[in-house]
Amino acid sequence: MKLIEYQGKDLFRRVGIPTPKGVFATTAADVKTFIETNPGSWVLKSQVMMGGRGKAGGIKFADDAAQGETLAKELIGKHLVSIQNPEGETVKSLLVEEKVNIESEAYVSIAIDRDERKPVFIVSAKGGMDVEEVAEHDPDAIVKYWVDPAIGFSPFMARQLAFAAKLPAGYLKAFPKICAGLYDLFMDYGANLLEINPLVLTKDGQVIASDSKVDLDDNALWKHPDVQAWNKATPTDEDQEAALAIGLGMFNYKKFPDEPGEPSKRVGTIANGAGLGMGTMDAVKNAGGAASNFLDIGGGAQADLVKKSYNLVTSDPRVKAMFINIFGGITRGDQVAMGIVDALKGDDVRKVPLVIRLTGTNAEEGRKILADAGFFPVETMDEGAAKAVALTKGAN
Amino acid sequence: MPIFLDKNSKVIVQGITGREGLFHTGRMLAYGTNIVGGVTPGKGGTRIESGQPVFNTVKDAVDGTGATHSIIFVPPFAGSDALYEAYDAGIQLAVCITEGIPVHEMLKVVATTKGMRIIGPNCPGVISPGKSLVGIMPGGVFKEGNVGMISRSGTLTYEIVDGLTRAGFGQSTCVGIGGDTIIGTSFVDCLREFANDPETHAVVVAGEIGGAAEEAAAAFVGEHMPNKPVVAFIGGRSAPKGARLGHAGAIISGNTGTPESKVRAFQNIGAPVADRPSDIPKLLGQLLQTARA
Repeated sequence: MKLIEYQGKDLFRRVGIPTPKGVFATTAADVKTFIETNPGSWVLKSQVMMGGRGKAGGIKFADDAAQGETLAKELIGKHLVSIQNPEGETVKSLLVEEKVNIESEAYVSIAIDRDERKPVFIVSAKGGMDVEEVAEHDPDAIVKYWVDPAIGFSPFMARQLAFAAKLPAGYLKAFPKICAGLYDLFMDYGANLLEINPLVLTKDGQVIASDSKVDLDDNALWKHPDVQAWNKATPTDEDQEAALAIGLGMFNYKKFPDEPGEPSKRVGTIANGAGLGMGTMDAVKNAGGAASNFLDIGGGAQADLVKKSYNLVTSDPRVKAMFINIFGGITRGDQVAMGIVDALKGDDVRKVPLVIRLTGTNAEEGRKILADAGFFPVETMDEGAAKAVALTKGAN
Repeated sequence: MPIFLDKNSKVIVQGITGREGLFHTGRMLAYGTNIVGGVTPGKGGTRIESGQPVFNTVKDAVDGTGATHSIIFVPPFAGSDALYEAYDAGIQLAVCITEGIPVHEMLKVVATTKGMRIIGPNCPGVISPGKSLVGIMPGGVFKEGNVGMISRSGTLTYEIVDGLTRAGFGQSTCVGIGGDTIIGTSFVDCLREFANDPETHAVVVAGEIGGAAEEAAAAFVGEHMPNKPVVAFIGGRSAPKGARLGHAGAIISGNTGTPESKVRAFQNIGAPVADRPSDIPKLLGQLLQTARA
């Protein structure tokens, strides 16, 4: 679960990482009232997930309440588009923050290194820019430290990083505390990524997290119900929502975009198991077609879930044929077949040619049941993919 | 001698009276696995229908049965606790079926349970065909033989093994290492065992997009397995960039984890990469024939 800037900063403050003074606002009136009671220069930052928000015009500066109100009206409801996010995102809320006097900008993040099986700190004195660009053009400007989870965080790690990255001296006192906060947050809340870019050193010597990027492990969200509830207010991925709505895991469904040079008539795919799901879409490609999606219905093949999944996949008009790939294993083939026939016989499903690959115990009986119901049963994955791709070619 | 487990390995089931635990205990017993008991807190002193004793703690179960292997069927919130309990009780190999254990708990588990081999989590387990099944795999698909198999997925493993069995290639041991970001046993860990196992004549590595485990596996094979043929398969080659497909680990970001990089890694060391699972038996047959000649 990815958090928006103001949510990430809420977490930062919980572990003692300083953030600029500010207020979260959803209306222009709120912005006006806030600046009236707190006169001065304020920054209005659009609260969106997308990168490149500044260049897209999502950040404005206001010197008084009237200007703040005008700019807030302009921003709220505005559709921002950036190079990183060409589809864009509509601004629903703002973070009104004090303008900080920047002396220096640094970069710090902590993420999971899956091959080392350790959390890794990444630090650079070149803050405020795209860290991937820095890594590409000036790799020496980036330093890393892998934390042994058996030891946990200790301040020397931050000192080592700060000296190696040549952070300006003004950072040194605050930096270990900030890294300690990040590590606590990372482990307690279960983060995939925590990033502060830029970590600002102000002219009066304060070290402040000026932005936040937070991505939390969905499997750990239950530990912090208050944070889990934020998810509902956050724009989520459409595919994930669709998957959750029919009782699948959030990553068990993915609709693929159109790619130039690929067939516009697609094969919808359903398989039991993630690996088999990937194998199924690869098989469609190998047969000269293109899968519309990835969908893993999990270990078994319950009829009700097959039906819901079928309806989800066929809601994509590009789908001209379906390929359901069930590796029987424990479940009996004839039972799976009867379940599928029963689930898909009604008028509440879109009828497209349906190829079903069925193996396992009693698979032959299963295939007979499917053939009698007007479907196309096959024995192997390659055969099924070829049949489904052929069927899309004849379709309108 | 297969790797990780054989006919005599004494196995306990953590979560033996739960729905999944009980169901798969029955299947494993039917396969011939030496299940000596199980654990469900509060049900110690009872027995399951087939007669195996239930204990309150893993320590009691180990003391009472001499078990060295454990298979874990507990809910995700109890997953890391179950692994620590197995470690504390001196279990040598724990298979963790549980899906959805927080990544950060697994980071701590793998850093602190040195000496205990963990397979998984979120995996189908281990099978030494004809000898023992510690997992949820459909035993009927497997056949005793000399091909080792390592995979990050469940049903894709069955798909590949089914093809091997039909083509006459039995298996020494098949390990499903799991699809999570942080797992206890890697491809390389399994390859190291297979390299030293005289009964394993060839190995199939079934990887998928995401991470760099396949690249590491290829490097190990190139360096340490000159005389043992290896065939690779990479799932998800047609996936768009950035898409996370079911397995938490299966995401392509930046230039790491791409199918091209994985395919190239195996090709560079001379190991063929099958375009489709059904090509694996043929490639394996060619390699074994060359090795014998």
